[in-house]
Amino acid sequence: MAIDMSQFHQVFFEECFEGLEAMELGLLNLDTGDIDSEVINTIFRGAHSIKGGSCTFGFNEVADFTHIMETLLDEMRDGRRKVTQLVIDVLLGSVDCLRTMLTSNQAGQDVDGATVEKYRAALEIELNGSVKEPAATASVKIQIVNESSAMATVADEGALIEKGWKIAFCPYLDLLKTGNDPVRMFRELAELGQYSVSVGTQDIPAFDELDPDECNLSWTLEVVGDIAVEEVKEIFSWVEGDCELDIQPFTKTTAQPAPVEKITAAELPAQDLQQLKAEQVETTIYLNTEPPRPEVRQSDNDQLKTSVKASSSIRVDTNKIDTLINMVGEVVITQSMLSLIGENFAIDQLPQLKRGLAQLERHIRDMQQSVMNIRMVPISFVFSRFPRLVHDISSKLGKKIELKLVGENTEVDKAVVELISDPLVHLIRNSLDHGIEIPADRIAAGKSETGTIELNAYHRGGHIVIEISDDGRGLDRNKLILKAIQNGLIDESSILTDKQAFELIFMPGFSTAESVTDISGRGVGMDVVRRNIQALGGNVEIISNLGKGTTISIHLPLTLAIIDGQSVAVGDEIYIVPLVSIKESVNITENMLNKIADKGETFRLRDQYIPIIRMHDIFNVQPNNKSNTGEGVIVVVERQGILCGLFVDELLGPQQVVVKSLETNYRRVQGVSGATILGDGSVALILDIPGLVRFSNR
Amino acid sequence: MAQELKTKSADHNSNNNERENTAQYLSFTLDSEEYGVDILRVQEIRSWEPVSRIPNVPHYEKGVVNLRGSIVPIIDLREKLCIKFKEYTPLTVVVVLQTSDDNKTRTMGVVVDSVSDVITFDKTKIQGTPDFGTKVSNEFINGLVMVNERMLILLDVDKLLELEDLEMEY
Repeated sequence: MAIDMSQFHQVFFEECFEGLEAMELGLLNLDTGDIDSEVINTIFRGAHSIKGGSCTFGFNEVADFTHIMETLLDEMRDGRRKVTQLVIDVLLGSVDCLRTMLTSNQAGQDVDGATVEKYRAALEIELNGSVKEPAATASVKIQIVNESSAMATVADEGALIEKGWKIAFCPYLDLLKTGNDPVRMFRELAELGQYSVSVGTQDIPAFDELDPDECNLSWTLEVVGDIAVEEVKEIFSWVEGDCELDIQPFTKTTAQPAPVEKITAAELPAQDLQQLKAEQVETTIYLNTEPPRPEVRQSDNDQLKTSVKASSSIRVDTNKIDTLINMVGEVVITQSMLSLIGENFAIDQLPQLKRGLAQLERHIRDMQQSVMNIRMVPISFVFSRFPRLVHDISSKLGKKIELKLVGENTEVDKAVVELISDPLVHLIRNSLDHGIEIPADRIAAGKSETGTIELNAYHRGGHIVIEISDDGRGLDRNKLILKAIQNGLIDESSILTDKQAFELIFMPGFSTAESVTDISGRGVGMDVVRRNIQALGGNVEIISNLGKGTTISIHLPLTLAIIDGQSVAVGDEIYIVPLVSIKESVNITENMLNKIADKGETFRLRDQYIPIIRMHDIFNVQPNNKSNTGEGVIVVVERQGILCGLFVDELLGPQQVVVKSLETNYRRVQGVSGATILGDGSVALILDIPGLVRFSNR
Repeated sequence: MAQELKTKSADHNSNNNERENTAQYLSFTLDSEEYGVDILRVQEIRSWEPVSRIPNVPHYEKGVVNLRGSIVPIIDLREKLCIKFKEYTPLTVVVVLQTSDDNKTRTMGVVVDSVSDVITFDKTKIQGTPDFGTKVSNEFINGLVMVNERMLILLDVDKLLELEDLEMEY
């Protein structure tokens, strides 16, 4: 019975990536020096399930690698190893390595051996460095004991030293027939500590008498480490009765002689340790100076990965599905009720019919809501990657930064989540690099040494608001204005409000950083951030207090699938203007417009002249009777702070519209962001305001 | 047993050959000419219904309609092939076709005068298109075939429905 395992691969990889994320988060939460077993357990569980899964699906290199990590984590869990920054960094690196391995496996590519080897080496150095440590403390203990009582008996010493166990394992002939595999037991034994094994082959019969089903071998095993006898016994518990087993405490010959020698013995491991540490440092240096080739390959892989990316899937809370199913049930009941009325309809049933229809409408609205809910995922999907980012960058910059996440469970449409993550990364990097000062400056400014960045997400109205606030140096409006004048972005004479001054950082080619770092400061970015957010139908605002900090808030629509629109009539056609971009609408007549150079038309809105876009002209609409009267409506829309008026014939009313792509079957059309289906089944185009303005300026 | 298998596979082969050699085309008329498209590309046949016009696109791209929830463009084949435009009547037919380019499949509708028949013929009978020089563009034409003493012009759906790139500023 062969099962096609590949059908489960997608799920396996998804689970692995989730596990990795959990591990990463756990590692970042792990404070050095402190042993919070719950956190370590979480990390351990992540590693363990990845190991198990990858074994099952035959990704052996992943399994092997995870196994080493697991051993290290196990030591930390048992308190045998202290949690140091070094260990955490090595483990974080290993998590990255695992992620690379898994993504290459997912894409069906070969795993980059060099990178894996690098991390594996780092892990093993960590691991083996620790094996000596307990040994060293053990010897010191012996020394003290021997000083206090020179008459220590050999038995006492054995109990105290307990450096390991010597196991004589002599199985009976039919051990293999009972399904036991000595090799497996030895492997388990190897996990307890350093072990060595010698095999006794004296019982092997002549070749012609040899029965391959019989076990003619015997073994002598030595395992070194701080191990309880129960642990050893447990391994052999399955073969009890199938073998002769003798477990003896085992002490090294060097540990037995007189106290004088013991001092040297105690010193020796310490020296070893130092030597080892030196070696370790050397190796790390070597690792860091390794030729950059593997790195390049890795980034190549990353690029490939994005192109190979399989169809996206989404995990949905079962509760949400249950609600939806209930709702469908309700709709079916209402529908059958209505068809019952319809069968023998008499006019006196009209109120009943109306009630039924109202009920149906309500149910369908609820159902729409629940279907939308399925697409909603908590914003923690994006937030969860930031602790790592902050950890890495702050240590690189030599800053102390605490990241606070608030409202991680706020739900947003999956599409929005995917598109918002890059702009958010950018904003956080900016806060890290430009916002928060270095510790010395902070103390000088009378602030605490550790800077705080707070990420906060919450719902307001039909929007989600994401705030990124730091308690750093804030934006200096004079510096901004000066820089903008230098860069020729604004006029020297222009007077700006605070808000306008802060908005300058969104201008293309603007950067105040004195030095360009690899983190930020190139002056590309903020304009891209704002453009991306506006493309999602949102906007960005900055509030900043010099010396106190900056808050950037992003307002985004909850979903991209449904928008609030205003339908307008142009000639005989209907277009939808997204409600978010509408400022106001004004009734006008032809003679209220002023022409400039016979082409451009403007309209005076209170104290401001705004340019007019005639929808009839730009979309080549046949004017109908109403257009000829010269009356119409100006819909004032805003694009990046600039007002603009759309001249249409009539406002038809606000409505929620389901956004459909024109590009699925057709093409991209200038000035149009999508289409929707109206109540009568016909198609109406949704206007793309920024595109429209660009188009009309041509 | 082995022999049986052999004959079976031979049967299968000949069946395959037969299938490979015949082609089924849906034929329709434009003016007095008869055209055909591969039947496997035809999704459905509908009657003409008003479309929503799309601004600033070639005149033969009539607009889009709502086809069970998806937005499908409608192309007038007469205008695309530079045949005189004819007013749409209740008898005007829209053939919904599936095209593929760059691994992407699209659904599009083409307006034709009327649909006539499904025609099966031998693939080997397809003749190449004679060269008309610059007078007639034959880039959309796969070949010609004689069916019941009438000439059928076979259209290449993918090339026919390839959208012209519009100048865009983004």
